[in-house]
Amino acid sequence: MIKLVYFARLREALGCAAEDVALPPDVTDVGALRAWLGQRGGAWAEALASDVTVRAAVNQEMAANDTRVATGDEVAFFPPVTGG
Amino acid sequence: MSVQVRIQRDDFDTGREIAELHRDNPKVGAVASFIGLMRDVNDGADVSGMTLEHYPGMTEKSIHDIVAQAQGRWNIIGARVIHRIGRLEPTDQIVLVAVASSHRSDAFAACQFIMDYLKTRAPFWKKETTAHGERWVDARVTDDVAAARWRLKG
Repeated sequence: MIKLVYFARLREALGCAAEDVALPPDVTDVGALRAWLGQRGGAWAEALASDVTVRAAVNQEMAANDTRVATGDEVAFFPPVTGG
Repeated sequence: MSVQVRIQRDDFDTGREIAELHRDNPKVGAVASFIGLMRDVNDGADVSGMTLEHYPGMTEKSIHDIVAQAQGRWNIIGARVIHRIGRLEPTDQIVLVAVASSHRSDAFAACQFIMDYLKTRAPFWKKETTAHGERWVDARVTDDVAAARWRLKG
């Protein structure tokens, strides 16, 4: 299992703050994980569509599409940050 | 180096934070500080309040990482970063970055660097309350430009 967490606008759009999921064997990086979640359709397809800017973090470090994900990781998806 | 990063709901006393940063340290010759405040207008609308959300754990880690990068570029003796979360109203303090150094140029540069990087890398999100309801604040391209500048300066 991996832990998925969502923040801000994305969390509201998905109606989900956190979940544990089992990774399919072919989902090995952030980009593939995002695409796989988008296949859930509805709000997931919309909020995670490729033309929407979504940032990701793996184990609380900023990640790119090709950052590896594996069982036991915590992966976060969120909009561009707006602190300060 | 003494580094303190705090994420808190409560307000902070800038004078006290700065005093604690350089107290009893005769090597400090300069302290530069930045305070971010909440405006009552943003993107053409009156804003009556906002709620700040963050990613507990990653937030602290990312700010410590930013301070460490600043430490690699300039001579810093100490740094303190305080960022508030939760409900805020216009005129409220949002963020404090204070940097102590031997000389002003290091303190000024490191303070601005930390703030520019925090804006684009630390996981905070603002949701504003306006007359038309609530809305998430969009990230600004100018913030990315401000952070990118530091890459060119090396």
